[in-house]
Amino acid sequence: MRRAIPLLITGIVGAVFVVQYFVPHYPFNMMSNWFSDWFAIVGACAIVLGALNLMKISIQKVIKRRADWGYAAVIVASFLLITIIGLAEGGDFRDPGTKFDWLYKFVYTPLSSTMFALLAFFVASASYRAFRARNFEATLLLLAAFFVMLGRVPVGYTITEFMPVEYRLSDLASWIMSFPQAAGQRAIMIGIGLGIVSTSLRVILGIERTYLGGD
Amino acid sequence: MSIRAKELLVLGLIAVFSLIFYVGKVSGWKAVQFSTTVSIIVILLIVLSLVWILIKTIRGSLIERRIVFLYVGIAVALPLFMSLSQKIPISPEVKAVYDSIGELPAGSKVLVSFDYDPPSAPELQPMAEAFLYYCFVRDLKVIMIGLWPQGPQQANLAIEEVFEHEDIKPKNLKYGIDYVNLGYQAGNEFVIQRLGSDIKAMFPSDYRGKPYDEIPLVKNVKNFSNIDYCFNLSSGFVGTREWVQIAVDRFGVKLGAGNTAVQAPQMYPFMRAGQLIGLLGGMSGAAEFEYLTEWTGKGTKYMLSQSFAHMIVVAFIIIGNVAFFRSGRKSRLDR
Repeated sequence: MRRAIPLLITGIVGAVFVVQYFVPHYPFNMMSNWFSDWFAIVGACAIVLGALNLMKISIQKVIKRRADWGYAAVIVASFLLITIIGLAEGGDFRDPGTKFDWLYKFVYTPLSSTMFALLAFFVASASYRAFRARNFEATLLLLAAFFVMLGRVPVGYTITEFMPVEYRLSDLASWIMSFPQAAGQRAIMIGIGLGIVSTSLRVILGIERTYLGGD
Repeated sequence: MSIRAKELLVLGLIAVFSLIFYVGKVSGWKAVQFSTTVSIIVILLIVLSLVWILIKTIRGSLIERRIVFLYVGIAVALPLFMSLSQKIPISPEVKAVYDSIGELPAGSKVLVSFDYDPPSAPELQPMAEAFLYYCFVRDLKVIMIGLWPQGPQQANLAIEEVFEHEDIKPKNLKYGIDYVNLGYQAGNEFVIQRLGSDIKAMFPSDYRGKPYDEIPLVKNVKNFSNIDYCFNLSSGFVGTREWVQIAVDRFGVKLGAGNTAVQAPQMYPFMRAGQLIGLLGGMSGAAEFEYLTEWTGKGTKYMLSQSFAHMIVVAFIIIGNVAFFRSGRKSRLDR
């Protein structure tokens, strides 16, 4: 029963969405709307569940003094701080000038932007060590990266401004992005699309059951 | 010095710098600005040091990874203090977004979906600000939503910034009449699917809790058929791909997008197929759009840093390949 009901729900919902795409009329459109609404409700509940789970794991880590428990303590403290401040400020807690807004603007935003900005350092280091003209394909990739990196920023335009329009780095970068790059992306997307179709069919028909957990 | 002591020292330095920057921001300190001559001298010194590294590499001495990090840090930070200007070339995909908005008559309803969070804000927030500015300049009505939890907050920050502009202030734009923030809704692509049939079902109230039917701007907006244009700011899932697959393919929405530079290449097939009207890709896309809309924003300001960073990466790729060929194509630059 614990496996049969989820399989049934998945099969029915999946089949309705497939049919509704081709026949967007009653009763399939109505059922599709129901299931979309339910998905939003389940999604909202999942966020609460995820947050509570994070708290549970972090509190346990702090109590049992597991490795790096200090970070878990920061998570608990931050979670409680932002939740209490948000709740205390009522419905307008996200408006400019509120304490929640201050925390968002001056703590959360700089911290998370900093984490993302570290990528620049790793990209540079990885490019230095890994971008090698080892063979023909690698050389093509290297040249494409070279032209796109320079062509996508104003300096690429500035240093080739004296050249005819089609030969400037910015135009060359646009050409690479619009044609060879788009063709490659399209091939990948078609492959992914075919994979999604086959996997979805397996899930809808109950052949693929790994999402239920266990074997 | 032990590793723990070094970590604490770095954390302390970060805290001190953060405090100084915060005090500077709230006190309205003016940033130090190098003159053009000083800027050029600094650039020449950096170029000379790179040439020196190249010569060292040719002689067989490899540089350490921390030197690459140092140069990237310099390339990103120093240009912020320089007073150099660059000519920004306009790409066709950015021009397409600009033109498509320009074609909308005044009073048209534009739905903007903020599907990103602060990590991507340095790239996407300038786009959001320039886009909203252009919409308000053209007297378009803006409906904002978020399919990422932090999206509505980013929308508020963009609105706050745009409303400070001297072109926007005299318009005296009113919440609920000229623009509205409907907040966040969980459900990813299913939310987009549902917007096609009933927007109110997904957003029964705005982000402050005001009922949908009491908001003059949207009370007669039933679904996508009442929306003239959609713009998606995205940095991942759920994002532009899902908007194309559902809003465009299913419901025939006119869609433009702004993406992070990492994600933008994946959208080119959609643009080539005509499913996506135009695309602002990364900070350079933001800078191009700012140039077109005449909005003075962070995209243009930060382009000098981006130009420098790209040149540094290209320089190190060249240096790395010199080392690779010099060592008989066997080099492993592990250091």
